[in-house]
Amino acid sequence: MKFRYLPVTEQDKKEMMDEIGVNSVEELFSDIPEKVRFKGEMDLKEALSEPGILKELGRMASKNANSGDYTSFLGAGVYEHYIPSVVDHIISRSEFYTAYTPYQPEISQGELQAIFEFQTMISELTGMELANSSMYDGPTALSEAAMMSAGQTKKKTILVSKAVHPEAREVIKTNAKGQNLTVVEIEIEEGVTNIDDLSQKYDDNTACVVVQYPNFFGNVENLAEIEKIAHSKKGLFVVSSNPLSLGVLQPPGKFGADIVVGDAQPFGISAQFGGPHCGFFATTKKLMRKVPGRLVGQTTDDQGQRGFVLTLQAREQHIRRDKATSNICSNQALNALAASVAMSALGKKGIKEMALQNIQKANYAKKAFINKGFTVAFSKNAIFNEFVIKFSRPVQEVNEMLLQKGIIGGYDLGRDFSEFDNHMTIAVTELRSKEEIDHLVLALEGVK
Amino acid sequence: MNNQPLIFELSKPGRISYSLPSLDVTETDLNELLPNDLIRDEAPELPEVSELQLIRHYTALSNRNHGVDSGFYPLGSCTMKYNPKINEDIARLKGFTHIHPYQSEETVQGALELLYDLQTSLEEITGMDEVTLQPAAGAHGEWTGLMLIRAFHEANGDFQRTKVICPDSAHGTNPASATVAGFDTITVRSNEKGLVDLEHLREVVGEDTAALMLTNPNTLGLFEENIVEMAEIIHNAGGKIYYDGANSNAILGIARPGDMGFDVVHLNLHKTFTGPHGGGGPGSGPVGVKKDLIPYLPKPVIAKDGDRYFFDYDRPESIGRVKPYYGNFGINVRAYTYIRTMGPDGLRQVSEDAVLNANYMFRRLQPYFDAPYTQHCKHEFVLSGKRQKKLGVRTLDMAKRLLDFGYHPPTIYFPLNVEECLMIEPTETETKETLDEFIDVMIQIAKEAEENPEVVQEAPHHTVIGRLDETTAARKPILRYEKS
Repeated sequence: MKFRYLPVTEQDKKEMMDEIGVNSVEELFSDIPEKVRFKGEMDLKEALSEPGILKELGRMASKNANSGDYTSFLGAGVYEHYIPSVVDHIISRSEFYTAYTPYQPEISQGELQAIFEFQTMISELTGMELANSSMYDGPTALSEAAMMSAGQTKKKTILVSKAVHPEAREVIKTNAKGQNLTVVEIEIEEGVTNIDDLSQKYDDNTACVVVQYPNFFGNVENLAEIEKIAHSKKGLFVVSSNPLSLGVLQPPGKFGADIVVGDAQPFGISAQFGGPHCGFFATTKKLMRKVPGRLVGQTTDDQGQRGFVLTLQAREQHIRRDKATSNICSNQALNALAASVAMSALGKKGIKEMALQNIQKANYAKKAFINKGFTVAFSKNAIFNEFVIKFSRPVQEVNEMLLQKGIIGGYDLGRDFSEFDNHMTIAVTELRSKEEIDHLVLALEGVK
Repeated sequence: MNNQPLIFELSKPGRISYSLPSLDVTETDLNELLPNDLIRDEAPELPEVSELQLIRHYTALSNRNHGVDSGFYPLGSCTMKYNPKINEDIARLKGFTHIHPYQSEETVQGALELLYDLQTSLEEITGMDEVTLQPAAGAHGEWTGLMLIRAFHEANGDFQRTKVICPDSAHGTNPASATVAGFDTITVRSNEKGLVDLEHLREVVGEDTAALMLTNPNTLGLFEENIVEMAEIIHNAGGKIYYDGANSNAILGIARPGDMGFDVVHLNLHKTFTGPHGGGGPGSGPVGVKKDLIPYLPKPVIAKDGDRYFFDYDRPESIGRVKPYYGNFGINVRAYTYIRTMGPDGLRQVSEDAVLNANYMFRRLQPYFDAPYTQHCKHEFVLSGKRQKKLGVRTLDMAKRLLDFGYHPPTIYFPLNVEECLMIEPTETETKETLDEFIDVMIQIAKEAEENPEVVQEAPHHTVIGRLDETTAARKPILRYEKS
């Protein structure tokens, strides 16, 4: 059988074996003990032709309800946004996507410069002094921020608001177990972090205070008030943020955040069933040498030309091994490129316009539900592009009904919060038209 | 001009490169929607460029980058093989890109079927009992695997098992992951054959051993032929052994970590299973385990009941979540496409050809460089530039000289236990002609080192930029553009 990715011919094989001095390829594996050699053929499906693959994988893809065919109001950390057409054209350039980490700067200037620009854009958006080249995703970036805070402050307790994405809290807890840290959750009140509970739990052992902005319920936290407590002793202030919202919201950097993380998925990256997305990590110059992951820096070559290199590598695993600030190696470079292209396409004006459309449309929807007599939870809070509605029956039932009408409904909050059974978080982005919003309100009339 | 301006330097107020529909709902005054102190008062300095400017900018950047599609990329331990284009097409199907992780299971049965089938395939390929697809990359898989081992020991009351043993040739991520999982690292020496020194292993193993982490073939490209004894030594001491799958490209269908005695395995789908690498990511680092570690796998696990696929959250002993949602789905789709394209015969052929290519290059280059280990290699091999160093030419210089010929250099100065190391991995997707051309250039560079060392020492001569001042970059870091 011949495989189009395998160019070794019988003649090549013979010539190569002659050069090596063996009579069979088998001989090259003679150091593998007989006992552990795999006999026979692996129990895998037989190879498919290219048309065969398209058909088989096309079949699987078509079994999924996608947001091209349905109108989706699902968010909760992953959003459907406008993806400028240019994004896929750029990330499909194979000089980018078939390259490794830019360890040889002379032939990786393209990637390095693109990352340098990404770092700049993320710093600008978050209002921070610097940002790294990317992390796996928002929640693991948040977890790294919490671990870094513990390392920096030598304190052992991480205070996390319950209004932080539940899966992010879970990741922090798994990570904390490894580092022998304690995670304490801060209660919520009216859909935002309970300031009194935070004050009570904050003490000399606090490594950091972690909040999300806008939070998991879509509400905008009062960062100014939280910051005062976060910095009242030695702890650091860590904010997870939706970067698109920062087109219109005052950035966490302005409120004195020490570390700002999040996921750049809203910029040019499709939902793709939860990954790969693109975590980001921004911080202050003071904490620069503790940052996990890769950093690109500007420098000059022997002729004085500007160029870019991976820098401050003494923090990283391939140099410091067990003393590294993190074990991260691969990151999300290609998705950071996608996000950079999307941020460049939107630019200074477009990012504001897109963020404003989210806030306008979500508020229009929220108001429409209120006017129709629905129970909108935490309705007094300022929101970005999500809000919560309480129904008279389980969200699962409501969503099944919506699906029949071609709508993918919102997030079932009861999954994570027993006190919020029958509560649904609805996301409204710039992609939802007035007609679609009105249609959703109408469709839900019967289940108020 | 060689320099490509930063996109910020191309910016001019008033230019745009986006197209949003106009707002179709009644607009409310922003001050009614947000408290004043929460409204951004200073716009972020993002570029203002036209669409053509944007495209030309990133095209210019791509032209200043080298990928596998640009030319030979024998970067050891990184498996820079061809990235099939059909994988990219499949991963871009709407039914894969435009699905949300919180849709009901009924609406994503196709995605779940794919993931379940991928899990099952990886179980067969590695010889393990169950696989999780949650970890995002190799290092993330390592940490996940070590957390599983930690959970196993703690469930047995073995809280004193705090040490992880790594060979001196191990990847840096191994000890780093051990630290993140709360372990201390002990280094075990390699012997003169480049393999783990069994005597030293017996000395360092003990009641405090949690695990041994091993890459096999190891980072020198050599198969640890004493693997059965090593597994016995560790298991007899009550420890577990961890397989770093970075080098799986050498053994597909030939030997399986599960059969060698490994308890936990991670794979780098962006290496062996054609990811692609994306300029540094995203990757995918599935972890496979033997039966006794299954209860601790991160939740949810993808399971099947009759014809229906679902997320199994009922895992009371799970270490918890290691990543939001279900892993890097898009990369898993590509890897699955590759496995279905190759089938069992094809995958075995991959490893046979990868090993044949590596041995051929090794034997042809051996006369011109020092070879610290001379047995047959697997998918990669190491050479030492000791001989050239005596002539004043360092391995770094030779790597830079290769750039002049349009090649990405091999991995250099790794593993750490080989002086002036060059680690070369040709992969199975390269033709003999490409290997021969590269070999000729390497021989030429070895001759230049003897006859005209300056040309090597001063390399590269033909790249868009010369050697960069990395010292200043680290001393006075400039990590972002600031408008002057």
